Amino acid sequence: MADFQCSIDADGVATITWDVPGRTMNLMRMEGFTELGTLIDAAMSDGDVRGIVITSGKGSFSGGMELSGFEALNRQGREGSREAVLEQVMGIHRLLRRIETGGKGAREFEGRKPVVAALPGTAVGIGFEIPLACHRIVCADNPDARIGLPEIKVGLFPGAGGTTRLVRRLGLPAAGPWLFRGSLADPGRALSSRLVDEVVEPDRLQERAREWILEATDDDLVKPWDRKGFRIPDGTPYDRKGFENFVGAPVMVNSRSYGVYPAAKACLSAIYEGSLVPFDLAIRIEARWFTGLLMEPSTASMIRTVFTDRKALGKGVRRPAGIERQEVRLLGVIGAGMMGSGISQVAAGAGIDVVMLDRDQGKAEGGKDRIEAAIRRRASRGGISGEAAQQALSRIRPSSDFGDLQGCDLVIEAVFEDPRVKSGVIAEVAACVGPECVIASNTSTLPIDGLAKAAANRDDFLGMHFFSPVDRMMLVEIIRGSLTCDRAVARAIDFVRAIRKVPIIVNDARFFYANRCIIPYLNEGMRMVGEGIVPALVENAARLIGMPVGPLQLVDETSIDLAASISAATRAALGDDYLDRDVDRIIGFLMDRGRLGRKAGAGFYEYGDDGRRIGLWPGLSAEFPPLPSQPDVEEVKNRLLLIQVLEAVRSLEEGVLTDVREGDVGAVLGWGLAVWAGGPFSWLDMVGADGAVELSRRLAQRHGARFEPPGLLLSKAGEGGRFTNGGAASPDAG
Amino acid sequence: MPNAYIYDAVRSPRGRRNGSLSEVSAVRISALMIDAVLERSGVDADRIEDVIWGNVTQVGEQGGCLARAAALMSGLNDEVPGLSVNRFCASGLEAINLAANQVRAGDGDGYIAGGVEMMSRVPMGSDGIPYAVDPQLAIGCHFVPQGISADIIATEFGYSRRDCDRYAVESQRRAAEAWSEGRFAGSVVPVKDRNGIVILDSDEHVRPETDMDSLAGLEPSFRTMGESLPGFDRVAIMKYPHLERIEHVHHPGNSSGIVDGAAAVLVGSDALGGRMDARPRARIRSCAKVGSDPTIMLTGPIPAARLALERAGMTIDDVDLFEINEAFSAVPLRFIEEFGVDPDRINVNGGAIAMGHPLGATGAMIFGTALDELERTGGGTALIALCVGGGMGVATIIERVSETE
Repeated sequence: MADFQCSIDADGVATITWDVPGRTMNLMRMEGFTELGTLIDAAMSDGDVRGIVITSGKGSFSGGMELSGFEALNRQGREGSREAVLEQVMGIHRLLRRIETGGKGAREFEGRKPVVAALPGTAVGIGFEIPLACHRIVCADNPDARIGLPEIKVGLFPGAGGTTRLVRRLGLPAAGPWLFRGSLADPGRALSSRLVDEVVEPDRLQERAREWILEATDDDLVKPWDRKGFRIPDGTPYDRKGFENFVGAPVMVNSRSYGVYPAAKACLSAIYEGSLVPFDLAIRIEARWFTGLLMEPSTASMIRTVFTDRKALGKGVRRPAGIERQEVRLLGVIGAGMMGSGISQVAAGAGIDVVMLDRDQGKAEGGKDRIEAAIRRRASRGGISGEAAQQALSRIRPSSDFGDLQGCDLVIEAVFEDPRVKSGVIAEVAACVGPECVIASNTSTLPIDGLAKAAANRDDFLGMHFFSPVDRMMLVEIIRGSLTCDRAVARAIDFVRAIRKVPIIVNDARFFYANRCIIPYLNEGMRMVGEGIVPALVENAARLIGMPVGPLQLVDETSIDLAASISAATRAALGDDYLDRDVDRIIGFLMDRGRLGRKAGAGFYEYGDDGRRIGLWPGLSAEFPPLPSQPDVEEVKNRLLLIQVLEAVRSLEEGVLTDVREGDVGAVLGWGLAVWAGGPFSWLDMVGADGAVELSRRLAQRHGARFEPPGLLLSKAGEGGRFTNGGAASPDAG
Repeated sequence: MPNAYIYDAVRSPRGRRNGSLSEVSAVRISALMIDAVLERSGVDADRIEDVIWGNVTQVGEQGGCLARAAALMSGLNDEVPGLSVNRFCASGLEAINLAANQVRAGDGDGYIAGGVEMMSRVPMGSDGIPYAVDPQLAIGCHFVPQGISADIIATEFGYSRRDCDRYAVESQRRAAEAWSEGRFAGSVVPVKDRNGIVILDSDEHVRPETDMDSLAGLEPSFRTMGESLPGFDRVAIMKYPHLERIEHVHHPGNSSGIVDGAAAVLVGSDALGGRMDARPRARIRSCAKVGSDPTIMLTGPIPAARLALERAGMTIDDVDLFEINEAFSAVPLRFIEEFGVDPDRINVNGGAIAMGHPLGATGAMIFGTALDELERTGGGTALIALCVGGGMGVATIIERVSETE
């Protein structure tokens, strides 16, 4: 069965229906373009056809490209030639251009055939680029529909004319947010933003599309940019009106991404160069930039991690086999603080009943108040409907009675990060719940096997490390203790899937995976301050490797006393092997002065009365005088990147991580490490193990043994091996 | 190698923006200066090989090879061609250097070099700025506007708002003093209409009453574009990551003024003067042009001066007098600090902060100012340098020719 079907009615309206067999949503394959092209050409040359409706046989129009299509193009470019890739992209342009010119030449304005895109629902990526080439975009008033060009989110930009057409349709200032943020609009917003031409009642969609075809005049079928004297709305780089926009755009693109994402730069370059030439040259320029971007090694790895692997993990690809679905109907949450209420909120939002327990009823109620405020805020911004907000709230029962945990399928404790406090709570929970209940500790650092001793049933106990803020952070690190059974892991995974987050499964070892990498990052940042590197250089270098938050700011956010207690615990555990005494000096210095971080209104940074970060605390330089000669920023960047990447490799080497995909997706979703490269392991594959070994050794020589390359990296370098399964990201030299 | 000599130098007064000179066309004021320098120098118009004319915004009335248009409108005969050059803010000096090097190469005996910028009439930037808007350049080179660059210099080298204001007040004081003592009188050619009626005969931009208090009230000019829209400070910090923030210290009172004006210099070989009354006033010792970091952009005078000194076989201490264009206070402050120059030997008659900076003309104007001041004070050598957009620098060293030479 083909992806596209065509039928012609008595009025001569041809309807091309996109309906990929066996899929719930249409995704475009490279072969799909050929199919669509054949149908378009046949309809254009059929004398009985008056016009064409392009629509979908599903509730949505299209979810965009099948991302494997990009992988195929990338492979083609690497194995064959870039010319071939460019030609493929130009082939898509020619097809869309035939639609746009109604089967005639670009300057033939008579006798064109109208083509209407009739969108029953979501139309994104290529699924919106095709409509943009049509003469009219009619969209059903479907509340679930999302319209837009989200390519930027996977490291691409709209490369099938979407970039060029949207800028010519709206002008750079109005088109910018759709292209550079990848925002999606519901039908109402799509109409008011002029992404679509018309929104109609869903059952009127096909009828309205046919009507428009029958009414369309020759004049309706000529795009503004094909007319003489066309000017791009809001100007071009070299006219008065456009100058400021085009000066501002590179600044915004560059400063938002700190230069690490090539896609935004390529997109803006295509816009700039395209704005100086006629349309047909502009799409050729767009194709050249798009081809170049597709060939960037980071593009394929970012797609693989951010899209393919994340999706696979989100679907539970790592779930233990052969265990029936483990539905959580009633969730217990212990602790109504920030983490506990966050977990309760997302669970209730996913339709799960929650008992949220705290020491006294007042605290539990307070937690619910906080959730209510958060949900109402979301509802007021249109994130959820008022009704859904009400329903979610009604699912949360605040309580101070452990007896209320009776009947829970899963209990997550999220109390103070102290082994004794947690053990006490776990024992109390274990005494109250049924034998089928799984108990999880939301801990970010405490060994799971230690906590498991407090649980009656150690095989039904595990760790679930949520990230803050819970409602926004997509990752949950599930920690499997040495006795944890598959059923418990499966239940945790099923719960994480139900709340629409992404689980990774790691084994129990000090700091698990995420904090094992994050803590050395924080320490390296603090250590550099101690060495006399100016704090601004440390923080800015972190941003220049794409970290969302600099290490000093992150210490302030998580608090100095937490850093102190972690270091105390680590020191006790490691004894003579403890390597971070120079970090402790900085922590101690801040502790002694009560600069405990953001919560204290003072830390590495100074804060205003409103809690706003004002700037780095100048007092640091008195205690840790800046070196007269500061290191090159590249050195600082390398230290901050490698300290994390090497720890990720050690996690894999020691079996804490057992799947490289989890290492990449976890780092990207958990703390934003090397998103632009597709995560730490993809980054290693991009630079090559050889290069990474060389770099690590150089750093080890200058800064200490913590940078010595782990054995696993050395063996990869020795055998020319890679960490990821390759796919589109395999390097040119095999 | 033959020497290149300066026979004479004149300039127009600088008219404030939309002030007296805004009724005069760029071509006409250029022609007036060409005629004035020829007449004053006593050099025969037939001996002129070329007109090399600096001008930044080469569109509209300043486009279409303005140099040729000016030559045609002037008293020069049709056989004298014209060459328009653009080295942004150093265009006027670059024109002189090019002329000098033509002479040194033996290619003709006489050149009129100089430049013009009628900023009231042809807005700065209206010719297009690819390196601000082409993302490959703007992102690749960390483009920020000049004012942000000046603020980067101030931040990086610790020049406070007070330091910059103090410098500006002194520039105003010196300019006012120079005018009141008539130090410019010899070289400023009044701009007259075609009836011979004077339109402007003195610098219009000077505000001698400027003091620290009057400057203190001025808002920093580049804070908004730096901190919020579009946020150039982030770009600056990406290039200079050891800076936490950019201190915005420059404002209209400690930055150069936007003005109208033109200046001309007569450059020639010793043969040019030989058979005539004309005597050379100075000799070009050396000249230099460099590219420098485009983000901080305005530090080019330093490497340009170093190169010119090296080529002249001189050290900084051999120079009696400096003219370092006051694009922003931070630029001369940086020069003073880098070379340890006595502030009393630099821009002694004020500069562009007080009198204005007609982009394409300034190089030739401060060149003439240096020459006049050497003669007034009996000094020997002067170094003239300008910072340049896009990260460039141009410098020239001149040496006064003694009466007996």
